[in-house]
Amino acid sequence: MNSLKKIFDRDTWDEIFESISKNRTRTIITSIGVFWGIFIYIALAGSATGLENGFDDAFSGLSKNSMGVWVQRTSIPYKGFEEGRYPVFKLNDVDYLKNRVPEIQYIAPGLQAGAFSGSPPLVVRGLKSDNFNVFGNFPVYAKISVINIFDGGRYINDDDIKYERKVAVIGEGTQERLFNVGEDPIGKYIRINDVNFMVVGVTKFTEGSGFGSDSDITIPYTTFAKIYNRGDQFGFMFISGYEYVNPNYLEETVLSTLKVMKTVSPEDDRAFGTFNIGSLFESIIKFTRGMVFLSLVVGIATIFAGVIGIGNIMLIAVKERTNELGIRRALGATPGEVKVQIVLESVFLTIVAGIIGITVGAFLLFVINIGTSGLEDFPFTNPTVPLTIVFGAFITMITLGTLIGLIPAERAVSIKPIEALREE
Amino acid sequence: MIEIKNLHKSYEIGASSLHVLKGIDFSVEDGDLVAIMGSSGSGKSTLLNILGMLDTSDTGTYDLDKIRIADMDEKKAANYRNKFLGFVFQSFNLINYKNALENVALPLYYQGVSRKERQKTALNFLDKVGLKDWADHLPSELSGGQKQRVAIARALASNPKVLLADEPTGALDSKTSLEVMALIQKINNEGKTILVVTHEHDIAKMCKRIVHLKDGVIVEDKKIKQNVIKNV
Ligand SMILES: Nc1ncnc2c1ncn2[C@@H]1O[C@H](COP(=O)(O)OP(=O)(O)OP(=O)(O)O)[C@@H](O)[C@H]1O
Ligand SMILES: [Mg+2]
Repeated sequence: MNSLKKIFDRDTWDEIFESISKNRTRTIITSIGVFWGIFIYIALAGSATGLENGFDDAFSGLSKNSMGVWVQRTSIPYKGFEEGRYPVFKLNDVDYLKNRVPEIQYIAPGLQAGAFSGSPPLVVRGLKSDNFNVFGNFPVYAKISVINIFDGGRYINDDDIKYERKVAVIGEGTQERLFNVGEDPIGKYIRINDVNFMVVGVTKFTEGSGFGSDSDITIPYTTFAKIYNRGDQFGFMFISGYEYVNPNYLEETVLSTLKVMKTVSPEDDRAFGTFNIGSLFESIIKFTRGMVFLSLVVGIATIFAGVIGIGNIMLIAVKERTNELGIRRALGATPGEVKVQIVLESVFLTIVAGIIGITVGAFLLFVINIGTSGLEDFPFTNPTVPLTIVFGAFITMITLGTLIGLIPAERAVSIKPIEALREE
Repeated sequence: MIEIKNLHKSYEIGASSLHVLKGIDFSVEDGDLVAIMGSSGSGKSTLLNILGMLDTSDTGTYDLDKIRIADMDEKKAANYRNKFLGFVFQSFNLINYKNALENVALPLYYQGVSRKERQKTALNFLDKVGLKDWADHLPSELSGGQKQRVAIARALASNPKVLLADEPTGALDSKTSLEVMALIQKINNEGKTILVVTHEHDIAKMCKRIVHLKDGVIVEDKKIKQNVIKNV
């Protein structure tokens, strides 16, 4: 009988099941290697995906190609200007910059008290008071940084800007420190540096969503400029590019344009300060990609080790079974039949152990997912392993299982039957 | 049935070579029962293994049932062993995780006989050696004599032309030996050609012919009056 046909022969499988079920220790030890390999692989790959999704979620509050730029001191004399000069942004620079750099989608000029300039002003509400950073912003700011307002409130709007209204949007933390528990702050007044502002909204704080803390106060830009006497000057702007724009390119272009606009030497790296969410985000993406890659490498290495383990044990088993295989050959088993049996045993064990490994690994991910879904500041969401990867791992296992099974199989038939029989 | 001419066999041991069979000429008629005797190391097993195609000779010819056995690949050799030859070993060589019935059925599996047919035939042969009731026992649950009878049933199951037994009673006490030899005589009486390697003269006398090996050659080959075992 053709030995390859034996693969589909029920008797062949009966022989295999008999051999693996009646040599239980050998079977279990053999399977553990592959089980462990695939289990680690699935767990790692899934966790990496979970982390990636988690970071994605954490950063969803922010336009990924946004940046901030602010003025500092020049460090190189240029075109008759001495070094140590403070460039200033003016409101009409905003449209000018936007026209010069067509990749820009939004620009939000900002003023602040506390944070980067001076000490945070004292804010009083009834008997409670504390110091908070106060920002003067345009409504467009909400288009760059996603601002989540609790129900019932709103962000700064165009009319606030136009009429220089004394309204304020406060953070969750600000509310906690200035208002009583359960008290609705909307419509209530707070005093910032002895000026009364009406609270119109409370922002939900999202981790990683940018620059502020949960204890900021935002008032209309124009109101801020008037109270603090800033005229049309400001020191900070928040810029976002269109979806397709590379954040690093945006940062470079904005900087070089500003240098021309403000007569700053192209070599002067100190005149403006910038940060770039994109590159921040990119490094985290790189980190999670690295994790995914690492898990792939480690996983495949473990699967490899597992399969090699199977091969080793099969080798030992074949040696142990030399006498048995000798008997079979004396009774008429052809080398092909012996080989098919050994290879199929190896492949079968690999597949079964692999399926168990995948199942247990998936179950573990499921448990981790449930366990972490309540945790806000643990970036871990939906740890899945792509089917293609599972499938790939499976194919790898079967291939390796076959190849590795061939080694002991070859060995088993390479000696004369009488030599095999002589072995005890 | 068996015809060998000028058979030589040496074993390579490191650099030196041990000449074990030094020109054996030997033939066996259909239905014969031959005892092969000789002192330890005289080459009895070596000869039997070559006859059983478990080993190969260096020079000389071997015809089994008028078929020239020469330079066969393992696959063909396996098929010949399966169809023409049955083996009984001193150490039984049963597969320890298979029960008596499965052991007897194994050669039929390699013949491609259907499962049902295998079970039926195997049970018949177990019955023939008086072990029908022990069919589902593992070798470890059988006595030496029973194991050897299972082994004989297995050797017969594929209906071979020749049965080769290397000291089939070597591991058995005298009473059990007698049982096994009685079985061999019975099978021989049914027409099967049988070769038995043995040390013991009593056992040899239960055969129809004794071939004496010494230092790799046949020194004596005589027909004898068979000592027929009556009732065991
Ligand atoms: N595989 C082998 N490699 C090397 N030498 C061997 C091998 N098998 C047998 N011999 C040697 O060949 C000689 C004949 O061995 P064989 O087994 O045929 O003897 P025997 O007549 O069956 O002896 P016994 O009665 O002890 O079974 C012995 O000297 C033995 O040591
Ligand atoms: Mg011997």
